Amino acid sequence: MLSITETEVVSFSQELISRCNEVVARYPEGKQKSALLPILHFVQAEFGWVSAPAMDRVAEFLDIAPIEVYEVATFYTMFFLQPRGKYVLEVCRTGPCCLVGAEKIMRYIEQKLEVKEGEVTADGMFSWRGVECLAACGMAPVLQIGPEYTFYENLDERRVDELISNLKSKQ
Amino acid sequence: MSRKLLLEHINVPGINTFDVYRQNGGYRSVEKALKTLSPDDIVEEVKKSGLRGRGGAGFPTGMKWSFLAKPEGVPRYLVCNADESEPGTFKDRYLMTYIPHLLIEGMIVSSFALGVNTCYIYVRGEMMPQICILEKAIVEAKNAGFLGKNILGTGYDLEMYVQPGGGAYICGEETGLLESLEGKRGTPRIKPPFPAVSGLYNCPTVVNNVETIAAVVPIINDGADEYMKIGIGRSTGTKLISAGGNLNKPGVYEIELGVPVEEFIYSDEYCGGIANGKRLKAVVAGGSSVPILPANLILKTVNGESRLMSYESLADGGFVSGTMLGSGGFIAFDEDQCIVRNTWNFARFYHHESCGQCSPCREGTGWMEKVLHRLEYGHGKLSDMDLLVDVSKKIEGNTICPLGDAAAWPVASAIRHFRDEFEWHVNDPKSAMERNYGLAHYADPLEIEVKG
Amino acid sequence: MEKVKVTIDGITIEVDAGTSILNAARQIGGDVVPPAMCYYSKLKDSGGKCRTCLVKVSKGSEKDPRPMPKLLASCRTAVMDGMEVQNITSLEVVEARKGVVEMLLINHPLDCPVCDQAGECHLQDLAYEHGVEKTRYEFERRTFDRIDIGDKIQLHMTRCILCYRCVFVADQLTNQRVHGILGRGDASEISTYIEKAIDNDFSGNVIDVCPVGALTDRTFRFKNRVWFTKPVDAHRDCPTCSGKVTLWYKGEEVIRVTAPKDQFGEVEDFICNTCRFETKNTSDWVIEGPRQIANTSVISSNHYEIAQPPPVIKTNLVLQEANKEQFEKATRS
Repeated sequence: MLSITETEVVSFSQELISRCNEVVARYPEGKQKSALLPILHFVQAEFGWVSAPAMDRVAEFLDIAPIEVYEVATFYTMFFLQPRGKYVLEVCRTGPCCLVGAEKIMRYIEQKLEVKEGEVTADGMFSWRGVECLAACGMAPVLQIGPEYTFYENLDERRVDELISNLKSKQ
Repeated sequence: MSRKLLLEHINVPGINTFDVYRQNGGYRSVEKALKTLSPDDIVEEVKKSGLRGRGGAGFPTGMKWSFLAKPEGVPRYLVCNADESEPGTFKDRYLMTYIPHLLIEGMIVSSFALGVNTCYIYVRGEMMPQICILEKAIVEAKNAGFLGKNILGTGYDLEMYVQPGGGAYICGEETGLLESLEGKRGTPRIKPPFPAVSGLYNCPTVVNNVETIAAVVPIINDGADEYMKIGIGRSTGTKLISAGGNLNKPGVYEIELGVPVEEFIYSDEYCGGIANGKRLKAVVAGGSSVPILPANLILKTVNGESRLMSYESLADGGFVSGTMLGSGGFIAFDEDQCIVRNTWNFARFYHHESCGQCSPCREGTGWMEKVLHRLEYGHGKLSDMDLLVDVSKKIEGNTICPLGDAAAWPVASAIRHFRDEFEWHVNDPKSAMERNYGLAHYADPLEIEVKG
Repeated sequence: MEKVKVTIDGITIEVDAGTSILNAARQIGGDVVPPAMCYYSKLKDSGGKCRTCLVKVSKGSEKDPRPMPKLLASCRTAVMDGMEVQNITSLEVVEARKGVVEMLLINHPLDCPVCDQAGECHLQDLAYEHGVEKTRYEFERRTFDRIDIGDKIQLHMTRCILCYRCVFVADQLTNQRVHGILGRGDASEISTYIEKAIDNDFSGNVIDVCPVGALTDRTFRFKNRVWFTKPVDAHRDCPTCSGKVTLWYKGEEVIRVTAPKDQFGEVEDFICNTCRFETKNTSDWVIEGPRQIANTSVISSNHYEIAQPPPVIKTNLVLQEANKEQFEKATRS
């Protein structure tokens, strides 16, 4: 359980609010709660993670109880409830990927970034974690990077090197 | 060459755009359906075609459609299940990426058949690129008059939206998906009532897999009779198979149901054999939840017949010596793979994905994973195999949704067919940590029991 | 109202159409009632989750006599006319139920000696009837810190079996739910996510509906074992609730107030926090008399009625006669 000492207020940009409104319009009247997952994705893309105050703001926007947002955000694995690195490398760790070397790729990334799974590199740039099946078994091993969830397929050590140096130079 | 119904034009440059798709005969089925057929005609045609749900359960689609309740003044919904996350399966991703308009075309025809005016495509959240592709395609279709108000001047209105998931395998279960679409935790509902009576927002709803919806297009274009000519027995039409694991040519293949498994693995038209010149040890034929079979049982049934890629042939022998076509996630294991490790990996997956709502699945999946972990890392006991089988039995059939079964089957089947490999892990843990058990006898020709 | 006939363990009863198998069994009463750890008749949408009430439907209905392929949650399955159900006369059911008990106990601490719920704990009773004496689970159990959610209620999540009843109470009895189920799978927990007190007129009812000692009354904490207390029915004129309660006495002192519970462990009426926490003097109440407690309950232990430990399949002549054929079949194999 989180203990919140200061009451931080998160404000949404006008652009974010209009995108949220657009989503709400997809559902019948009174069913605006359906917009919760899309909006949580927007929030994560905007702030990098989903904080409790941000969830409270979402609850306010959708006119639902904050607990309804917490329940949902903690159920789905895509939402980061703690700050992460700017780029989170999510490597598929399920069976078919492991048959062709996903475990080796994860060990390599761990070595290369010098952080354990779930941790953030000192420069705040990277985190990595193993995730369950990404439904790309034919292109295994694979990893994805949010918030666009770009896919990197048929990974080997050389491709991981390239990817990380590209991301570093993107800064 | 087998006939292609879904992927016929997949290699046409620009087929992901509306114009190219249309030039290649796209959206013909919408014109035909809206202008010349009644909704009931379409349902009848789909029923007649024998199309079975391509998401895994294989339930006849036409029958599912005919169960849809039609109370006066209550909206009905069609929801496309694009929450593809069954390990081994990646056909829907492929279809949505390269030929998104096929899905949209199928959604329009299906919506018309079901009297639906708002439909949703629920795509797993990790497929953000595919969500963008679909949203773009919807705009194109709308601009061309195939969506929105008064489609093609027929007076039929349809809105289509794409909904992202948030990372939960359980949302592939249709009622978990509906809960998620309502902005809730994706916990499956207790049935009855079934979605056909009370689904999205408590309204009658049909939930169909991406490939199922796409298959409606050729059925309407060419007619059920043509569709039924393809395939074998009650497995009609074509099926997208996601081939992965240790294969020379992994990828998505559209097969005519009834292709021999051996041909599928070894012919150059399909997977081109096992990678790196190795030998086949085992196959998971329909996505991680179906029983795993050793090489000898996947290629031939116990009666010595050649096993085919069809619902019936793969299931031949029941769970004793058969498996299931499932969602068509075909995973090949070469001789260097460790069945214990893979079973642990799958068990970890189901433990991770259990929603936690009902006790046998919530507690049992974690228990199985821990026991398998212990076996894999050389701390197992010989009694662990019996324990695992017993725990899997306590889960199977006793849970709210099929995730319990899906978690139980891979474990039970791995022990059923590879028990000696498990025992080796217990009896010789040192070697088991250093090397793999190898092919052993798993590809040996079956001894056919002569009865009488 | 349309009536339908259902036969449970060989005993036929006529009930209103739409009644669940569990409630039909409760109308028969006695041994054929399936246990329920998550279902609560007074909470809408509850049930279906714990799977302890699984039964076998050996005949679907008069119209469609096919048996159901899987065991069904009796709390969420409506009876059909002519339906035949097996509960304790089916070995398959008893076996499955044992499995569920084992699963529920995997992560439940066996801290009954220091648990305030001991003596009136449904899991304790269930395990006593259906459990095995040894656990086969050899791994670390899930544990949580105890937390106080407000000054009246303590949440000991380690003991929780995730029945969701307290969530339904908050949803259906109060206007703003602040706690819920967070996380998923075996990492799910009851929580408020950020520190918050669960505090409103009816919040105390989460204690009464909790089948285990996960939510307990802080004002009663370690005051006494329930079986040494004397339950007495009482009422008062309450502006908020029915004012009908059970007072639990230790000597002259009221040490706990709960809602009166029926034979299935469910409250007869939800009571307000004033009745539960604020009015603990005998003078606040009109005393009705001693509370009748089932003689199988440990609470009756000092009432000098010896209770037999209930075996899973009971010696019940009516049941045996009604299920002769089933019994023979089951014992033959």
